[in-house]
Amino acid sequence: MTLQEAKLKYILRMGDNALILGQRLSEWCGHGPILEQDIAITNIALDLMGQARSLMQYAAEIENKGRDEDQIAFLRDAWDFRNVLLVEQPNEDWAYTITRQFFFDAYNFYFHQKLVESSDVHLAAIAAKSLKEVTYHLRYSSEWMIRLGDGTDVSHQKMQDAVNELWMYTGELLEMNEVDEIMIAEGIGVDLNVIKPLYEQTINDILAEATLQKPVDTWMQRGGKSGRHTEHLGYILADMQFVQRAYPNMKW
Amino acid sequence: MKKDWSLWEVFIRSKNGLSHKHVGSLHAADAQMAIENARDVYTRRNEGISIWVVESKHLTASSPNQAESLFDPADDKVYRHPTFYDLPNELKHI
Repeated sequence: MTLQEAKLKYILRMGDNALILGQRLSEWCGHGPILEQDIAITNIALDLMGQARSLMQYAAEIENKGRDEDQIAFLRDAWDFRNVLLVEQPNEDWAYTITRQFFFDAYNFYFHQKLVESSDVHLAAIAAKSLKEVTYHLRYSSEWMIRLGDGTDVSHQKMQDAVNELWMYTGELLEMNEVDEIMIAEGIGVDLNVIKPLYEQTINDILAEATLQKPVDTWMQRGGKSGRHTEHLGYILADMQFVQRAYPNMKW
Repeated sequence: MKKDWSLWEVFIRSKNGLSHKHVGSLHAADAQMAIENARDVYTRRNEGISIWVVESKHLTASSPNQAESLFDPADDKVYRHPTFYDLPNELKHI
């Protein structure tokens, strides 16, 4: 794998995480449990869409095949997406949405905290801008984990169910492959082993404060980072890409 | 247990040196959530650098029925405005 290919995959992985999670969260628009949270969760969706856009613009530049960020977002099929399986999981209810967000934010925060030191100045600049947003996302989702986990019996049970169900998708967050090795060697990417203890500490602390039981590590699902996805991604893409595919090059 | 979140009034300071201004209200379970909700609902377009929230029930308002006795007496007291000083022509922007 050349450096250019590795970098492209690395940036698409980040961009796809942001795009797919942003798309998922935007499904809440107009359906939030209360007006204030409807706005809050769609704000986060918009942050993620903005991050996806910056990253995909950069990916298009690296790829240098005349594609732009819209073509990268709307004209690739599922196997070309490199997002982790966690972010494509359905919203289900508020407990699932918050738990999915919290697991991802905990990873994403420490990832960005390190990525700002990247030797790739463009990527470091994108990371610095995103870090402020991601810091707020983690604060937001942690707060809700604690509120609902340590809330009523019903909210506690719903949160525990969500934690148990989504746990198997968390292993992949810190998994590395050849792409990571090349990026770390070049000083561009983040060594996920370095952020692992920080991530685990946050998960442990917040789950404990939320009075939630940390599941026992069993089988962890994987595959997103190499393009093998759960069935959910196809449905997301069908929703998200329909207009561009039915009316190519259509603009607002 | 109370089922409905209480109402909070939100005050935003748009920049240093200006005072906080009332911008609206929202629902939240406690003060911390009220601040976060206010951030999301009222500062999305760069409106502020500082937020105050106060639970609506803690505000005491003047009664509209008393408006006449409270405010009308000020109508005819022009001498309370500093408009009677002779200013030198060189002074501007006062």
